[in-house]
Amino acid sequence: MSLEDLYREVILDHYRSPRNKGHLESPDTVAQGVNPLCGDEITVELGFDGDRVAEVAVDGQGCSISQSSASMMTEAIKGKTRADIEALTQRFRDMMSLDGEVDIALDPERPGAVLGDLEALQGVRKYPVRIKCASLGWNVLLEALGNEQTSNKH
Amino acid sequence: MIDLSHLKADFPVLANGVHFLDSGASSQKPIPVLEAMDRFARTSYANVHRGAYKLSVASTDAYEAARARVARFIGASDPREVIFTRGTTTSLNTVAFGWGLEHLGPGDRILATEIEHHANLVPWQMVAKRTGATLDHVPMTDEFRLDLHAYEQKLGPEVRVVAVTGMSNVLGIMPPIRTISDLAHRHGARVVVDAAQLVPHSPVDVDELGADFVAFSSHKMLGPTGIGVLWGRMDALEETEPFEGGGEMISDVTLFEATWADIPHRFEAGTPPIVEAVGLHAAIDYLDSIGMDDVLQHDRELTGVALERLSDVPGLQIQGPTDLEDRGGVISMTMDGVHAHDLATILDDEDVAVRAGHHCAKPLMRRLGVAATARASFYVYSTEEDIDALVKALRRAGDLFGVGS
Repeated sequence: MSLEDLYREVILDHYRSPRNKGHLESPDTVAQGVNPLCGDEITVELGFDGDRVAEVAVDGQGCSISQSSASMMTEAIKGKTRADIEALTQRFRDMMSLDGEVDIALDPERPGAVLGDLEALQGVRKYPVRIKCASLGWNVLLEALGNEQTSNKH
Repeated sequence: MIDLSHLKADFPVLANGVHFLDSGASSQKPIPVLEAMDRFARTSYANVHRGAYKLSVASTDAYEAARARVARFIGASDPREVIFTRGTTTSLNTVAFGWGLEHLGPGDRILATEIEHHANLVPWQMVAKRTGATLDHVPMTDEFRLDLHAYEQKLGPEVRVVAVTGMSNVLGIMPPIRTISDLAHRHGARVVVDAAQLVPHSPVDVDELGADFVAFSSHKMLGPTGIGVLWGRMDALEETEPFEGGGEMISDVTLFEATWADIPHRFEAGTPPIVEAVGLHAAIDYLDSIGMDDVLQHDRELTGVALERLSDVPGLQIQGPTDLEDRGGVISMTMDGVHAHDLATILDDEDVAVRAGHHCAKPLMRRLGVAATARASFYVYSTEEDIDALVKALRRAGDLFGVGS
């Protein structure tokens, strides 16, 4: 695994031009997360249409891995149901998991490559200290979903 | 240039070719330090200040010899002014809580600086909250120096303590502690110096420094982790209460109260880091065999070489002064379009070890307008080859991220 496998062009592209960056006008739920060790910050805002995420915005600052992962995440979850997103998050976590075989081929076009661009992030597994960076946005996303659930109960 | 390249062979960790540029976080240990601790643990170890048996006496002698060695190293006339702690952070907390809780109250002011490490800032925030004292900060100039003019204006009779770094772990600057101390003393304020970076990298004479408390760590000066020093002027220590209670620090104890042992033992509750004190002793011997003037000069010359070679790396910004005056071997860097953590990962791929992050100085990061920096820091075993490797790796990072293209 070389450095070029970590910093794939698609990652650098999302880092330089993050998708869905900024804020929603009236989000249904917001969550914020910080990695206190490195100072990376990510805010996730979601807008729902029934059970589906209709709108998503991410704001924050940090390294290419945390910011590109969050950017790719926004593209992956838009239009998805809560159950879809939870499955996707699990898939992403499996990909980042240190044990476990690499069962996801590097080709994002192959059948079953549900993570799309995100699969480019699997190089991160070889740099264990950076897994936290890649996971930050997803942890905040789950928190945002949790917040929404809580507020729906009222 | 001072050539210390022969020293590299004394540091086993460096044998695998790593370009270790993170001595500001913690230094490597030379063989004489490792051997001294090993020998002591094998032959002379027992708890100190207790047993009547020969082994304990030998151990106590070694521990107290380390105290005397530290005193001589920093020019302290009285070894009792040297207190062994767990490290700089504990030393500074001992002052903040042991001295601060006793002498601060509403209306009093604590004067820290914008460039402090969290260790000389957060304890004062805690003590300010508990005592009702207010906390103020000396700003940094746009030239990355402490603003001494602002400092003078902020001084006043209500300022009871000045907390300042002896050498910034981010900027590398060495504030003029003598001047700062003299001005503070004119207003009756105590001066606490975070010397975690200063003592390992520069000759220090506590009398010349003029401060009341000086804190530093063994692990940043070729010694082991787990031990540090709080030096306090005797009259300042006399007005400091113990911060921790327990064994070893008492004179007499009843069920309801206790009286304190003499200084310094009243500040050393519990079993102290004994093997580590022996290691620190050996580290000081090692540093003195080089000579602290040469240690400083070597750091500074390498810093000069590095600043020059870094100056034409595309997109690279130095977060700190680029002149060598009153400056140690710490260089913080940012690269346009490349986050510090990505820099550190790419540098690591070239076996260049640097620290990336906020360096426990988040207020300073905000002042600099950056989230994080990558920091290269030098020590006696650093060489020009390490700098060349750093420059090469930084260029690779720039290429990978398309900086300047």
